[in-house]
Amino acid sequence: MSARVGIIGIGQSAFKARRDDASYPDLVREAVVTALNDANMELDDIEAVVYSLSPDAMVGIGNAERVGVDAVGARNKRFLRVNTGGATGISSVAAAYYHVAAGACDVVLTAGADKVGECGDSQTVLNKIWDPTYERQLPLGTINMLAMSAVRYMHKYGMTEEDMARVVVKNRWQASKNPNAHLRKETTIEEVFASRYISWPVKLFDCCPQSSGGCAMVLASEKYIKDRGLDAVWITGVGHCSESYYLGDRMGNGQTADHADAFALRASFARAFKMAGITDPRKQVQVAELYAPFSNTEFHSIEAAGLADLGQAPAMMREGRFQIGGDIPVNPSGGTLCTNAIAVTAMVRVAEVAQQVRGRAGGHQVEGARVGIASGNGGDHQFFGTMVIEA
Amino acid sequence: MELLKRKEAWNITYTHALGETASWFYVQLRDHAKIYGKRDAKTGRVLVPPRSFSDQSLQPTTDWVEVGPGGRIETFSIVYEEFQNLPPPPYAFGYVLLDGADTAIGGFFKGVDLTDPKAASEKLKIGTRINTKFAEKRVGDVLDFWFEPEAG
Repeated sequence: MSARVGIIGIGQSAFKARRDDASYPDLVREAVVTALNDANMELDDIEAVVYSLSPDAMVGIGNAERVGVDAVGARNKRFLRVNTGGATGISSVAAAYYHVAAGACDVVLTAGADKVGECGDSQTVLNKIWDPTYERQLPLGTINMLAMSAVRYMHKYGMTEEDMARVVVKNRWQASKNPNAHLRKETTIEEVFASRYISWPVKLFDCCPQSSGGCAMVLASEKYIKDRGLDAVWITGVGHCSESYYLGDRMGNGQTADHADAFALRASFARAFKMAGITDPRKQVQVAELYAPFSNTEFHSIEAAGLADLGQAPAMMREGRFQIGGDIPVNPSGGTLCTNAIAVTAMVRVAEVAQQVRGRAGGHQVEGARVGIASGNGGDHQFFGTMVIEA
Repeated sequence: MELLKRKEAWNITYTHALGETASWFYVQLRDHAKIYGKRDAKTGRVLVPPRSFSDQSLQPTTDWVEVGPGGRIETFSIVYEEFQNLPPPPYAFGYVLLDGADTAIGGFFKGVDLTDPKAASEKLKIGTRINTKFAEKRVGDVLDFWFEPEAG
């Protein structure tokens, strides 16, 4: 890859359970305007838009990019919708990156929003991601899908429910420092244990909320940035990797991957690290925003990112090594566990890392962060996007 | 100011064709209470549920192989929360590696008292041997069978 691609503008909502003051396109526009203001740019400067939108049924508008076109000002511009489930946001940033890296455009906007709180019950929508032939008849959803990953991770490495609770306590404490986070109230291990079981071993407090809000980012070519003397941070590594569909193939004999772990996320990080020249992430990375909607999944994500050996993340979490002030803070924003507006959650991971290496993360700033990593997971634990962002 | 809302419901009916492979599988299940997998010629893996092609090579799968009715639990969850359009809780379900199969198939676990989550999760722990039970009246569907721990 020759010329670099920079991030020059970021906009995100203060995420909440509901935004009754704003329609879906209002939320998208809010993020876009914030990002354009951050970049000190006009809408006319944007050449292309990548629209970040996961399952339509979550916002309740079929192909909601149609109505979203107006909210991103895409009239007369290149426009493309991206959907890789929970990974949608980081896939959208990647698609925007490719527009610039390919030399097709100098300035590209990516944006989206979600109103998960309006759909009544996101698991009703998410049950429909399973195939109608063999699996739809079962009460599968993303909560029990990842509870089943927790069961295997516990069996393989000895993780306890207390280890899971420790992730919740860390992320809520970090979210309390982030004005854009949805769940900002600190909690304790006792409170996590007192919350009811949703899908054993996952309790209510081990789960992300259903959030409403938007996110937008402006990416530009190195030449555009240098010619105008703009402030930027750089996307130096981009990875993606997929896993096959059937959960049952990630267990049993001759498995292609273990559902305990995040095999394809590891492969995705390997691709991003190779591109960025990162050979030892524990020494070269100072901050990580890893997509983890349930407490247990933060552990296998940390391991897939190379920040811990397989099965070692719970012990390192116990030592405080992944909290703000520790070796490599993970999800200093509070992460997906405290804010999940699904269509843009993985974009927020990239945006947060960009703010960290820009030194503009505010109350949850990681001191001295120069190199950060972000990830997004989508589908039935299938589509994994990763990025390296550097100052 | 007063902020208004509108209620909407999506209720769409689909009639999905299951295709030759799943149709054959479900006819054996319905008429003979037997579960079959299909072999991936490249890797030799017996895929259960059966698929018409290998995700490793995209080549058609070859011979049918009868599997089960015994097997072992590969993972599970016990759901205590009510979700719209899903069964009333509590219920347990997960994935089982049936004897002779190489991949695990999803199904409900029955015959376990789910009142105490800790005790129930011990009875369903990974590696537990199960038997497949078949409904008296079968319609050719995944819900025609379920799993019960051998130990009871």
